[in-house]
Amino acid sequence: MSVQHTLVKTADSDATEAVRRSSVFVYEAPVRAWHWINAALILVLIVSGYLIASPLPTLSGEASDHYQMGYIRFAHFAAAQLFIVAFVYRVYRGIVGNEHARQLFYVPFWRPRYWYEALYELSWYLFIVKNPKKYVGHNPLANLAMVVLFTLLTLFMIATGGALYAQGAGLDSWWTKLFGWVFLIWPNSQQVHTLHHLGMWLMVIFVILHVYAAIREDIMSRQTMLSAIITGDRYFRDDDP
Amino acid sequence: MAAVETFYDVIRRQGITRRSFTKFCSLTAASLGLGAGGPATLAHAFETKPRVPVIWMHGLECTCCSESFIRSAHPLVKDVILSMISLDYDDTIMAAAGFQADAILKETREKHAGQYILAVEGNPPLAEDGMFCIDGGRPFVEKLKEMASGAQAVVAWGSCASWGCVQAAKPNPTHAVPIDKVILDKPIIKVPGCPPIAEVMTGVVSYILTFGQLPELDRQGRPKMFYSQRIHDKCYRRPHFDAGQFVETWDDEGARKGYCLYKMGCKGPTTYNACSTVRWNNGVSFPIQSGHGCIGCSEDGFWDQGSFYDRLTTINHFGIERNADIVGGTAAAIVAGAVAIHAGVTAIRATVKKPEKTDA
Repeated sequence: MSVQHTLVKTADSDATEAVRRSSVFVYEAPVRAWHWINAALILVLIVSGYLIASPLPTLSGEASDHYQMGYIRFAHFAAAQLFIVAFVYRVYRGIVGNEHARQLFYVPFWRPRYWYEALYELSWYLFIVKNPKKYVGHNPLANLAMVVLFTLLTLFMIATGGALYAQGAGLDSWWTKLFGWVFLIWPNSQQVHTLHHLGMWLMVIFVILHVYAAIREDIMSRQTMLSAIITGDRYFRDDDP
Repeated sequence: MAAVETFYDVIRRQGITRRSFTKFCSLTAASLGLGAGGPATLAHAFETKPRVPVIWMHGLECTCCSESFIRSAHPLVKDVILSMISLDYDDTIMAAAGFQADAILKETREKHAGQYILAVEGNPPLAEDGMFCIDGGRPFVEKLKEMASGAQAVVAWGSCASWGCVQAAKPNPTHAVPIDKVILDKPIIKVPGCPPIAEVMTGVVSYILTFGQLPELDRQGRPKMFYSQRIHDKCYRRPHFDAGQFVETWDDEGARKGYCLYKMGCKGPTTYNACSTVRWNNGVSFPIQSGHGCIGCSEDGFWDQGSFYDRLTTINHFGIERNADIVGGTAAAIVAGAVAIHAGVTAIRATVKKPEKTDA
């Protein structure tokens, strides 16, 4: 492992032994802002969505005393609409942003090299190979997980959620014009409720894997992860290829 | 005028008063959601338009649609539609039988080609060349196609004709299909429900007879005037839903106070019908009002969604009955467990490897 050592001079110390690391700017500010806003929205959506399907214990008294379900549903719908707007903006960033902003939307499916690298990454996770490779953006396996578990799932959740919202908004609403086709695939909206609910659990699974992989890679791999999505800079811990 | 017999002529001949006729027009116009001039438009149409025959056929069904229909709230409604105005053929309740009955079908097809309305209750089974429903010595599906070919429009009564209902529920041994799978060239209006509400049925027929066209339909072919909102949207218990007040078990305090039945698996939020506004039996009540959740009988495939008391569809792909929470929750728990184990293995390996690790 080749690492360059150096001495840094700071206000409180004349010479502290330090490591000289190369860094690359990966995620632009709008993409980073989107990531964290999106994370907060998903958290709100999962919690409020679960409470809509399995409401809290009943309240007593008169209906006019409470508006609990109303607030929970408002939280869900408001967060969902922001989530949609944020996703549309993210697509826009994918078009105008740098190449790393595009990784969310495609997998180099036809390139054999890509699948080899993805398998290599998988064997790193399975403790078969000793050292992972370095990547500026997402590694090939992460790229696949992002596209399938996040982007496709998000599109599915937007379509099914939009369709369910359209039921309340009414047949003449633009929600129905935009998402009413969902009921041509699943005519009984209970099926759409159920699938939307399953989608929520998939999102939970994505969040678990995503957070674990990011933290683990930040500790174990040869590059930093958390700094890339907070400050935008990714540091490499060694100069090996 | 004398040459063409109108609805009104027939009514008066049967001894219905002008007053009763006007009341029927007002009631029907109101239920159709027509504007201020609605009753007059209806009355005018009934007085001037030639009588349109209705042929009512029965496939695989339980006759609950007919039972509902003949119990229309306003006595005149059923009289007007059923006995006097237009029902020329209905094999379950007509006096004629056998060859006489079949003769009416033939006569209507020839005399009123392209004019009559075909109302279908039940649906055709297609397996074994349609042998599971024989009507007049031949498969019902043949008779249905034959009568549909000369009809002006087709009304699919009830969930059977609209979606397939119980006979099309899995595994559907007779391969029963909704009528729009075999009638492809005629406008079809679906009036689902098991059974549909009587006022909805008479309202739809009145609209077609009055305006000579189908009412505005939604994407799935249902008349918007009765099926544009869910039970939940107009439910009188909705304030309890918004407040977060639910019946948790049958006969608990919430049940006595009339709280929302959402947690008891009420299908109101996923069911399009007019029960919560029109109600049943002369507007007396509807399921939720009597303390039981909606079972979603007017929705496509409502028999295949699992329990009537569960808001999530049963998922059978895992061998045993599961729902989305069990399947999804288990999957999430497995992933979380796998992540924990993976983290553990990673930590152990890192500790074992430590001596050779640098401060990088």
